Amino acid sequence: MEIPYVVEEREDTGLINSKLGIWIFLASEVMLFGGLFSAYIFLRMAALPGDFERWASELSVPMATVNTVVLISSSVSMVMAWASLKMKDFSKYKMYLGITIFCSFVFLTIKYFEYSGKFAHDIYPSSNTFMAIYFTLTGLHVLHIIGGVVVMLYFYLPISHKMWNQQPEQFTNRIEVFGLYWHFVDLVWIFLFPVLYLL
Amino acid sequence: MSDNHDTASMQDHIRVYLMVFGALGVLTIVTVLASYLTLSTSEAIFLALIIASVKASLVLGYFMHLITERKMIIWILLMTVFFFFIMIFLPLISNIDHAGDPAQWWKVL
Repeated sequence: MEIPYVVEEREDTGLINSKLGIWIFLASEVMLFGGLFSAYIFLRMAALPGDFERWASELSVPMATVNTVVLISSSVSMVMAWASLKMKDFSKYKMYLGITIFCSFVFLTIKYFEYSGKFAHDIYPSSNTFMAIYFTLTGLHVLHIIGGVVVMLYFYLPISHKMWNQQPEQFTNRIEVFGLYWHFVDLVWIFLFPVLYLL
Repeated sequence: MSDNHDTASMQDHIRVYLMVFGALGVLTIVTVLASYLTLSTSEAIFLALIIASVKASLVLGYFMHLITERKMIIWILLMTVFFFFIMIFLPLISNIDHAGDPAQWWKVL
């Protein structure tokens, strides 16, 4: 059975179904992360004065800054991958998607070193309230990155060429929809970085 | 002819993407530098959130194409923002109620 409205827009919404679907999904994601940001505010308000600042100073700002640049770079390469498909240049699409995958692995590697550094100093989520919310927020974000990597690897496999040859417009829309998810993951980090590392 | 026009149009988009990339990089550096300023906690939070909001607006507007997106998406997002702020501030108001003087709400930050 053919999935309707994956290329042409629905008359009532003016959108393809997948785009409407991903935006509704992202709205639910805003509430998911919003709940945890709300928890952060409460925990900080209830903490002893200076407690959050002291524990935040244990985090590595240079590592997080590099990760911010890496994630922003991955966002740019993702949008460039989509733009390449719009210009019907599949080889450039592969190159830019490859860069995005590479950036996501760099992000995860840096995060691994950050986490293992904390564990080496006996700092765990159970150590204190700040670390509990830090690991929860960044851990959930990392899970989103890993989910994105899985999808990107699928779109990088040789099967992507077959999909592109059979339904180029549908494939372009799939990449656009995935790109919206990836930019959202970048957006979350844009707020996590100052809130956890700098304040 | 149409393909050439599309490609030229996308080239313009790519130029914009690269400019946004540059702006995001600069704003990241500004965020880090701002954290070294001697500010009170509430001032530091305000400044950091302003910079993060500008960065988020750039990503939403240009990478996620919200500036040219259909009204239905905009409405979904406005509803999301509305309920997001309710979720953030409703418990905060309850906390102020317990903390004492509502006129001093900003002191809880």
